[in-house]
Amino acid sequence: MIELIDMFTIVSLILIIVMIISAIIAAELKDLLSAAVALGVMSLVVSILFYMLQAPDVAITEAAIGAALSMAIVIFAVRSTKRWEK
Amino acid sequence: MKRILAAVLAILIFIVFALAFAKIPFGEKMSTYPNYTEPLLNSTSNMSLPQHYLTYGKKETGATNMVTAIVVDYRGFDTLGEVTVLFLAATGVGSLMYVEDKQRRRVRKSNAVVETGSKLLFGFIILFGGYIFIHGHLTPGGGFPGGAVIASAFLLLYLAYPKFHANHKRLNVSESLAGLTYVIVGLLGLVLAGYFLYNFLPFGIPTYLFSAGVIPVIYTAIGVKVGSELTGIVDAMMGVRE
Repeated sequence: MIELIDMFTIVSLILIIVMIISAIIAAELKDLLSAAVALGVMSLVVSILFYMLQAPDVAITEAAIGAALSMAIVIFAVRSTKRWEK
Repeated sequence: MKRILAAVLAILIFIVFALAFAKIPFGEKMSTYPNYTEPLLNSTSNMSLPQHYLTYGKKETGATNMVTAIVVDYRGFDTLGEVTVLFLAATGVGSLMYVEDKQRRRVRKSNAVVETGSKLLFGFIILFGGYIFIHGHLTPGGGFPGGAVIASAFLLLYLAYPKFHANHKRLNVSESLAGLTYVIVGLLGLVLAGYFLYNFLPFGIPTYLFSAGVIPVIYTAIGVKVGSELTGIVDAMMGVRE
């Protein structure tokens, strides 16, 4: 049992928990701007997880598109419409 | 009531998926996968498909990055489809956001630190994006992340300078030329070797920059295409500003 719980497992468990929490926050928040930021955090954690699972190509793409560009596009959409969900 | 029902449904779907995924062991040896059949020779190989890629991939494509070798060389047709999807997305955003009389939106000027910093960083980000897609066959990355990095450099300028505007006609020209390059390289493969998207250029020495045949050419085209497409999407979403 001791050798089963190594550093990789601990770090990936923490990252998965952060990912799930930020996904729930993104779905629950009424402030759409904060929800977009939570979505960006989720993309970043997913990209770190891809890197830890030894897929650097997917990690780079996820970081560039998920964390930077799609968050910016969501924020543009929020800016042109309403910020608060009823 | 609705939320509880949704939660119960989500937990049920999770259980089904967990039961299905429990049968797939994590990090299984590739030799335990079923052997693949070669469609052209109509014979069964003595190894599984991932084993084949890792054993002969470097010899058959000349690329050291095996993801690139599969994405551009073995399964190049799928990448052409992906590029088409992105092109259609850019066209769709452009046609949805199109307005005849462009009303100008007033935007506050950002401060001098942001303006100077973005001016300083723009060149570095463009350089790094170019590095990613030019070295796609050697290091992790390739056309899609490289293009996204270049588009994020333009996004930085759009955010820092309220009056910045990329020329839409030039963006369309570079996008179309890059897409055309991809198809022309594929058609050249059809003419010279008999297969669409065939790797007809000499492979060179692996790990060198000029190696892997048509892969660097195609990835440069994809990088330019994706960069100009995502910049066009950002441009359409920002709208016309004063």
